[in-house]
Amino acid sequence: MNLPRTRLMAAVAIGAIVALLAACAPSSSSGDDAESTPLSLVGFAVPKAGNNVAQAAFAKTDEGQGTSWKESYGASGDQSRAVAGGLKADYVHFSLAPDVTRLVDEGLVADDWDAGPNKGIVTDSVVVLVVREGNPKNIKGWDDLAKPGVGIVTPNPGSSGSARWNILAAWQHIIAEGGSDADAEEYLTKVFDNVKALPGSGRDATTAFQGGTGDVLISYENEAILARQNGEKIDYVVPDDTLKIENPAAVTKDADPKAKAFLDFVLSKEGQEQYVAKGFRPLESVKGVDVGTVEGANDPSDPFPTPKKLFTIDGDLDGWEAVNTKFFDEKDGIITKLIAESGKS
Amino acid sequence: MTVDTTLAPGAVRKRRSRSATSLTRSSGLGLGIALTWFSLLVLIPLALVVIQSVDGGWATFRDTVTSPQTAAALRLTVTQAFVVTLVNVVMGTLIAWVLVRDQFPGKRLLEVIIDIPFALPTIVAGLVLLSLYGPQSPIGINVANTERSVFLALLFVTLPFVVRTVEPVLQELDLEVEEAAASLGASRFTTLRRILLPALAPAITAGAALSFARGISEYGSLVLLSGNLPMKTEVASVRIMSYIENGNAAAAASVATILLVVALAAIVVLQVLSSVVARRG
Amino acid sequence: MASRVTQPTTTGTQIRRAIVVAYLVLLVAWPVSLVVLKTFEGGLTNLQTAFADPSVVFALQMTVYVAVWAVAINTVFGVGISLLLVRYDFPGRGVLSALIDLPLSVSPVVVGLALLLAYGGSEGMFGPTLESAGLQVAFAPAGMIMATAFVSLPLVIRELVPVLHEIGTEQEQAATSLGARPWQTFWRITLPSIRWALVYGVVLSLARSLGEFGAVKIVSGNVAEQTQTATLVVEQKYQDFEQGSAYATSFLLAAIAVAALVVVTVLRPKENLDGD
Repeated sequence: MNLPRTRLMAAVAIGAIVALLAACAPSSSSGDDAESTPLSLVGFAVPKAGNNVAQAAFAKTDEGQGTSWKESYGASGDQSRAVAGGLKADYVHFSLAPDVTRLVDEGLVADDWDAGPNKGIVTDSVVVLVVREGNPKNIKGWDDLAKPGVGIVTPNPGSSGSARWNILAAWQHIIAEGGSDADAEEYLTKVFDNVKALPGSGRDATTAFQGGTGDVLISYENEAILARQNGEKIDYVVPDDTLKIENPAAVTKDADPKAKAFLDFVLSKEGQEQYVAKGFRPLESVKGVDVGTVEGANDPSDPFPTPKKLFTIDGDLDGWEAVNTKFFDEKDGIITKLIAESGKS
Repeated sequence: MTVDTTLAPGAVRKRRSRSATSLTRSSGLGLGIALTWFSLLVLIPLALVVIQSVDGGWATFRDTVTSPQTAAALRLTVTQAFVVTLVNVVMGTLIAWVLVRDQFPGKRLLEVIIDIPFALPTIVAGLVLLSLYGPQSPIGINVANTERSVFLALLFVTLPFVVRTVEPVLQELDLEVEEAAASLGASRFTTLRRILLPALAPAITAGAALSFARGISEYGSLVLLSGNLPMKTEVASVRIMSYIENGNAAAAASVATILLVVALAAIVVLQVLSSVVARRG
Repeated sequence: MASRVTQPTTTGTQIRRAIVVAYLVLLVAWPVSLVVLKTFEGGLTNLQTAFADPSVVFALQMTVYVAVWAVAINTVFGVGISLLLVRYDFPGRGVLSALIDLPLSVSPVVVGLALLLAYGGSEGMFGPTLESAGLQVAFAPAGMIMATAFVSLPLVIRELVPVLHEIGTEQEQAATSLGARPWQTFWRITLPSIRWALVYGVVLSLARSLGEFGAVKIVSGNVAEQTQTATLVVEQKYQDFEQGSAYATSFLLAAIAVAALVVVTVLRPKENLDGD
C-alpha cells in the first residue's frame, strides 16, 4: 500500500465526521413551542407571494395568533394529486376547480366547499398578453397572435391544467365575436403555428420568455404584475376581451380549525387587500375592498381596468367538466388535436 | 475466459482470469440481502408501473405508444440519447486518456470540471445553457427550441459517465504491456486494437450504458431549453407528464414501460458487445 | 498502477489536449462559470441573502442528510453486489447485471410515481401498512433517501465491476491459500486495489445525489423547511423572482461536489515514475 497510513486514517476520520454530522436529520428552525399552531398549506406556485402576506396579516389578528405555516408549492395538478396521495394539508389553494374536486372525490374535502357566495373561489385574475418592454411588435389583442412573424410562448395545456386558462381565452375571443367553432379552430391553428415554446408551467413560460424566446407570452395579469414588482422588464396588454381566472381554495376535512379561520380571513376585506397588493383582482363577492395603488400594474392608480368583455368558464363555457371533455380530452379534445396537428406542419 | 498476456515480468497482475466460484453460505446470504433491498427499492416499484400500463388492456397500451405524438417523442428521445452516447464514447475515452496519460499544468482543474454536470440541479443547467446557447447567446449560437437543444442538454448531463468508468481502468493498465507490444513491432493502431480496446471495452460499454440510460430519462434541463414542441422537440418524459396531468395513468405508465424496455435492450446489447470485444483481444 | 514514463509531447498529444480542453470549456466550464458569475454579481450579497434564509439553510442540511445516507447505502450495496457479480457464479447473474443499470434510465417523473405506487400513504402497496407501523416513507425523508438512492444506484457498481475484472483474482487467491479469512482478504487485498474506482464511484454518487431534483420533488411533497432539498429550493427561489439566492444555492451544491473531488484528488498520491 503506497498510501501512507496517516493519510488513510485522516481520510477515514474526515469521512466519519462528515457522516456523523450528516446522519442527523435537520429539524426546522421555526418555533415549536406550545403556543404555536402549525398549519400546512399545499398550493400552486403563482399566489405564493399573496399567500405569504395574507398569512402574516392573519397572524396579527386575534384569530390568527400563533399560527405558523408549513408550505408546499408546485404545479396545480401535481399538488392536487400529491394531497390525494397522502401529502398532509390543512388548506389547499389550486389554479382551477377540478383540482379541488379531485380531493372531494377522495373524501378529503367536504362537498359543500363551494357552497358559499364566492363559490369556493379565493383569488381572481384575467388572462393577459405579456410583451417585451415597449411592445416592439405592437401587440394589441388576440387577433395579433395569428399574424405571421409573431412568436408566441404559452404554457402547455396538455401538461399543465393551469395553462388551460390561456388557450380558452383565445378560443372564446373568436366565439364571442360571433365566430363558429370552425372559425375558432382555424384561428387557433394559426396561433399554434406561431408558438415557439410550450413550457410545462406558467412560471417556466415566463422564464423561457425572459430567456429571449418569442415576442408575446400568454399569461395571467397577477403574474405580470408580480414580475414587474420584482424588476422584470416586461410590459403587458389587457385585451379588450379576455377570460376571468378564478382560483379555488378549500379546507380539508380533518384540518385544524385555524385553517378555516384563515380561509375566512382570505375572504374578508383585509384578506383580499393583501392579494390585491400582489396583483390579484378583488373578489366581487367581498364588499369594500380598497384597491389603492398597485405597484407594477400598467397604471398603478387604476390597476385593474375592466375589459369590454369578460368571459367566465361557468358562464360562457359550461363549466370545467364540459371544457375538459370538449377541449382537452386525450383523443378527441379540440385543443389536443390542434396541438398534435401543429407539430406536423 | 483467460487472456494470457504474460509477455514480460510485471504483467502477471494483468491477467483477467474469470475464476468465478459458486456461492458460499455467507456470500449467498449477502446476495439475498442485496436482492431484497434491490427489489424493495427498484424492482417492485417499477413492476407496479408496468402493471399499471396494462391496466387498460393491451390495446390501450399499443394505441398509446403508436399515437403520432407519443411515437415522435419516443423516437426523438431514443435517437438523441443514442447519438449523444456515441459522442460520449469517443470524447469520454479521449478525455480519460488525456487525464490519465498526459501531464500539463491545470490538468487537475479539468478533473474537477467533469463531475459538475452531476451536482448542478438540472434546471440550473438548462438555464445556463439557455443563456449561452439560446436567443441571447453571446457567441450567436441559438439552439433553443430545436432538436439540437435536446442533444446539447443531454451531452451536458451525461458527460461524466464514460470518462469516470474508463479512468480507473486506464490507471490500472500497465504501460509495460503496451511498451512490450511496441518493442515487438506492433504499430500504435494494433496496440490500440488488440491491447487497449479489449482492456477498456467493459469500462467503455459500462459508461455508454449509463450515458444512454441517463439520456432517455432526462427532463429538468430540457424544460426550458427544448420548448416541448409536439412532434419536434417534445421528449418522452414530457409526454408522460402530459398523460399524468390528464389523469391517464395507464398511458403514462405505458410510455414509461417502453422506455424501460428500450433501456434494458440497450444495456444487454452493450454487455454483449463488451464481452465480444474483450474476448477478441 | 500505470507507470509514468515521460513520453515526448508529440503533435498528437497536443492536439488531443487541445480538443479535450476546448470541449470541456465550451460544454461545461463556460456555462458553469455563468453560475459563478451570477452568484457573485454584487459581491457576497447573494450568498448572504441565501444563508440568511431559513428555508435555504434547512434545504442544504436536508440535501446533505439525504445525499450522505443514499451514498452510504449505495456504497455498501455497491461493493457487495460488485463482488458478487464478478467473483461468483449464480443463476440469474446476467439478468441482475442488466437490471442494475435500469434505475438510471428511469425518468425522474416515473421514479417518483413508482415509489409512490409502492409506498404512498393512501394508495401505495406497502404505504398504509408501514405508516400504521410508524414508518412514513412517502412525503418524508425516508422516501427522499430511497428516491436518491434509486437514481444513483448503478454508479458505484459500474465503477467497480470493470476494475474488479481487470485486476483478476490471483492475489486474493494467494491470500486465501496463505490462510487469510475472507474479511482480511477483502480489507487488505481487494479494497486497496479497487480504492480509486470505489472513490470515483462514491464521488460520482455523491454528486448525482446532490443534484437530484425530479424524483425527490414528487416523493417529498416539497414542503419548505420540512422535506425540501436544495435543488427544490433553487427552483422555488427562481420562481419567486429571487434569482440571486437560486444561483447562490446552485453554486453551493456544485461547490460541495467539487470539494469532495478536490479532497479525493489531493489525497491521491502523485504517481511515481516506476508505478506503485
